[in-house]
Amino acid sequence: MSEIVSTAEPAFHTEDMTISMGPQHPSTHGVLRFVVKTDGEVMSEAIPDVGYLHRSIEKIGEKVTWHGYVPYTDRADYLAAMFTNQAFCMAAEKLASIEVARRGEFCRVIACELNRIASHLISVGTFGQDIGAITPFLHALRERETINDLMEEICGARLTYNYIRIGGVGYDITEETCRRISEFLDHFEPIVDEYNRLLSYNKIFIERLANVAPITLEDAFQYNIVGPNLRACGLKWDIRREIPYSIYPELEFDIPVGTGEKGTLGDCYDRYWVRIREMQESCKQLRQCLKMLPRGPAIAKVPRRFKPPAGEVYIRIESARGDMGFYVVSDGSEYPYRVRIRTGSFTAMSLIEKISRGLMVADLIALIASLDVDAPEIDR
Amino acid sequence: MEAKELYEKTARRFPGKVSEFNGDVLEPYFYVDPSTVVEVCTYLRDAPEHRFEVLSDLTALDLPKQNWIQLVYHLYSYTHRHQAVLKVNLHRENPRVSTVENVWKAANWFEREVFDLFGVIFDGHSDLRRILLPEDWVGYPLRKDYVEQEEYDGISTERAPLVDKLLR
Repeated sequence: MSEIVSTAEPAFHTEDMTISMGPQHPSTHGVLRFVVKTDGEVMSEAIPDVGYLHRSIEKIGEKVTWHGYVPYTDRADYLAAMFTNQAFCMAAEKLASIEVARRGEFCRVIACELNRIASHLISVGTFGQDIGAITPFLHALRERETINDLMEEICGARLTYNYIRIGGVGYDITEETCRRISEFLDHFEPIVDEYNRLLSYNKIFIERLANVAPITLEDAFQYNIVGPNLRACGLKWDIRREIPYSIYPELEFDIPVGTGEKGTLGDCYDRYWVRIREMQESCKQLRQCLKMLPRGPAIAKVPRRFKPPAGEVYIRIESARGDMGFYVVSDGSEYPYRVRIRTGSFTAMSLIEKISRGLMVADLIALIASLDVDAPEIDR
Repeated sequence: MEAKELYEKTARRFPGKVSEFNGDVLEPYFYVDPSTVVEVCTYLRDAPEHRFEVLSDLTALDLPKQNWIQLVYHLYSYTHRHQAVLKVNLHRENPRVSTVENVWKAANWFEREVFDLFGVIFDGHSDLRRILLPEDWVGYPLRKDYVEQEEYDGISTERAPLVDKLLR
């Protein structure tokens, strides 16, 4: 009997190893660092260390004029800069009770939805790449390149747009551009099916992601998970529908939610699949916008020395990474008193420490990619 | 629920601890006494007529004129689709308040950020470290009277003006 007990003891001594992953690990989507404690391949915890991309965008907001701050908001999330532009402009407009030009609203939605497709393409593309499928990444980036060209045509920039201004948009969208956007949509919608055949329905891909790192709805509330990540947990919640802004109430679109069809509800595959279907919904919205685009000015008359009355406002919009909050305080002067940017990536990142316990190191990569965290948006 | 009704219910539950409802602004808000933040937040989260499941945002404002650091909590309820804004005034010299980390986990990082940029101490916080700035950074940048340190780790934080360089 005593012999059996002695053989139950481990034959060799093991101990936890602490590894620093990052700050420039290729799969961390920017400059992020994780302090990973592992026993072999299994992690006991992964502690995110952020702040490498902190550029004090909130402090800069107190030093520049209202109009002058718009280009800075681009840098808060450079993969989906239209949304930060829009959120800040909406905050300024609400403070000063400015009515946005109706054509301007349409131009905003067109630009934003194009940007959402571009951002989701990066997300699903790098997702494949992170877990070892290089080819789909090239397909995704090829399409994103076309969107970048369209953006260049719309506003002259490919990444940091400074397109949406207080009162409307900087430049009107021409008919030629509209034609090219609908050409792109004709081309892109079938491409999504091609992409699905290549990656989404791929057995290896599904096996790799199904049941990995599921997030429960309770955790999602506790950690304030927003956007596609929240919808993947099964909650049908989209700011565009629930707290409508701009012209979204006039558009018809579905809200894709996770169903756990390949595994558990709220797992990595659900988060991926929600994004793919959101791109299709964005295409629908774009087509409607192009059809409904009214004539008229694209920007309302806003004084050059813009001084909104004292007050504070909290704006929520549905950015590519979910509920983006801009808390803007004005003291009636030419400069904002305080600009606070609350982003989806920041809170998603704080969840990783909890979810990562007991995961494999390779699954951590899948988890980061599926949450679509974006380092500039975390650190601001 | 209307913001006013929400305030009245909370005020009845915590007499003397919540005050100064302001409903004539874009986002109605009221003040909470620093000593009861956790209790008020727990109540707002759990009471079936409120159900604020989510702490949308926690940030601060520096108000040197009133000598306050003002914490601003934005709560949201997915069940009832309403929002609440709570404000907590703390003394600027020694801003301390209890953490709401045990009410909403998201507060953990929000509070670390407020600590990092405003210097507010959250009592009972599990991991109160700087989050965005390096551990050895001096000062709290989002305070209005913040003066940037001249150098960090032997690297100057000043940068020669670009225009002068070009003119020379």
